[in-house]
Amino acid sequence: MVDTTEQELLRLALPIESADSPRARAIRALLLRKAAVFGLLLIMLFTGLALLAPLIAPYDPTAQSWANVRKAPSLAHWFGTDEVGRDVLSRLLYGARASLVAGGISIAIALSIGAPLGMIAGYLGGFVDALLSRLTDAMLAIPFLILAIALAAFLGPSLGNAMIAIGVSTAPIFVRLTRAQVMTVKVEDYVEGARAVGNPRWRIAVVYILPNIVPALLVQATLSIAAAIIAEASLSFLGLGQQPPAPSWGSMLNSAQRFLASAPWLAIWPGIAIFLTVLSFNLVGDGLRDALDPRRR
Amino acid sequence: MLTFFGKRLLQLLPTLLFVSLIIFLLQHLLPGDPALVMAGEEKDPQVIAQIRAQYHLDQPIPIQYLYWLNGVVHGDLGESLRIKQPVLDLVLEKLPVTAQLATIAMLIALVIGIGAGVVSAVKKGSAWDYGANAFALWGISTPNFWLGIMLIFLFSVRLGWLPASGYVSLFEDWRTSLASTIMPAFVLGNAIAAILMRHTRSAMLTVLDSDYVRTARAKGLPERTVILKHAMRNALTPVITLGALEFGTLLSGAVLTEQIFSIPGFGKLIVDAVFNRDYAVVQGVVLVTATIYIVLNLLADIAYVLVNPRLRT
Repeated sequence: MVDTTEQELLRLALPIESADSPRARAIRALLLRKAAVFGLLLIMLFTGLALLAPLIAPYDPTAQSWANVRKAPSLAHWFGTDEVGRDVLSRLLYGARASLVAGGISIAIALSIGAPLGMIAGYLGGFVDALLSRLTDAMLAIPFLILAIALAAFLGPSLGNAMIAIGVSTAPIFVRLTRAQVMTVKVEDYVEGARAVGNPRWRIAVVYILPNIVPALLVQATLSIAAAIIAEASLSFLGLGQQPPAPSWGSMLNSAQRFLASAPWLAIWPGIAIFLTVLSFNLVGDGLRDALDPRRR
Repeated sequence: MLTFFGKRLLQLLPTLLFVSLIIFLLQHLLPGDPALVMAGEEKDPQVIAQIRAQYHLDQPIPIQYLYWLNGVVHGDLGESLRIKQPVLDLVLEKLPVTAQLATIAMLIALVIGIGAGVVSAVKKGSAWDYGANAFALWGISTPNFWLGIMLIFLFSVRLGWLPASGYVSLFEDWRTSLASTIMPAFVLGNAIAAILMRHTRSAMLTVLDSDYVRTARAKGLPERTVILKHAMRNALTPVITLGALEFGTLLSGAVLTEQIFSIPGFGKLIVDAVFNRDYAVVQGVVLVTATIYIVLNLLADIAYVLVNPRLRT
């Protein structure tokens, strides 16, 4: 027979389900924010365009045409052509793939490094925490883009290496955030309860702590995707990201710089595309932060 | 007070040590033998052996690190492989250029960011507030290199008002210097202004809702005095210290901005070094940037304690 104290501890250790769960409330709060909904729609639009690029792009994004060099926007080429006659619209559509994939994968890398390290630091404390915290401080002391450039340079220029460089440079933000969140959550009653009934450490961390720090990580991840998209465009602009002839918005801006006087459209479209994509993630990130924080609702 | 400074200074040491370790290990991410990379086209085994001995590459990695750290502590950041000049000399030559750009950028950011933040908080819910928030969103979402290109297109190519590139020191010819710096400084300051605006707005809203501001209003003080003398003084303290921390963002931004406007500063130095595989320069620039950031962080902490008497104990 289970005695009362143990029953009480078990009750504390079990996640409580209710009809109106916090997740449902947060989604409702997010959908009430017009700016966030606009951001979500923009993300869906860009993702759709990137996925459907092979079907909807009017031309091959790498096909050169010397008869169509730097042609202004027209019915045949809605966004004009570039310095070797490639269709700018087709390159923009394919370029969306590089930007969105780089944004998503680099933050997935950052999360998969940062969250476990932050959990270890926050949960174990002591020497491990001190060591990881100093390492995080050191990485955060190196300006983000400079660290990403240095890493991308040492790893070699490619989109894959740019994603690794951005992911590793962003990871310290997640270590610090996860650590802080874990330290707040680990002293809660339900975690104490889970510990008292004899759950192993890994189970407490994964089952009882992790779900409660996910909202904060989600907000940071959304805002970090915006920063990662700018970082990928920056690295590609410098020639350290997507390599030619594959299209990317950053490298399109790099070559556009040389033809500002004669073909300004080359610089306008990729910039607007980066701006709108980054804006959409920032809007959703801001909306999520407000929706998940009861004080801001 | 002294204990606080002593503690903060002591905390710097492990951070700096870790920074140096990260930067040292960057070179070891290189695929293959660093001596082969340093030898460049020269594949003479004797030359490679000489490089290996000169840079202690024949020693275990921890010993190599100690040699490197010893050099760094004594001001020896190595030598540029391409220019054959000590890295420290290069850094000292380029630093004033970026410092001038960053200072003007920060001034622009403070004026726009704090101004927009205060107006937004005071006129909460008005068109001014929405406008300021839209400006902040625009600032953090615009890639600064694109903004730079667009400004060159407008003010240099179309209107011909400002030079598209180049750098002149303020001490040489201040008019030409300002003309060549204003666009890159605005590009750099824009993103920081957006961040400062958001923080200023939030701090001002908190302060404007506090008891002492209500008391000041109840005493019949003019609204202008309440905002400028009572509210702003307290709201801006954390914002200004935050400005010091945003210096790191400025240095990051300077990399691309200097590239676009052909400014021979720190950012251009690191990009050129990256493309010339001049790793000693990359390491040197990253180390100096991180050290500047850490020192500014410390100064921001000290300033915060100095202006906030409650934290002195």
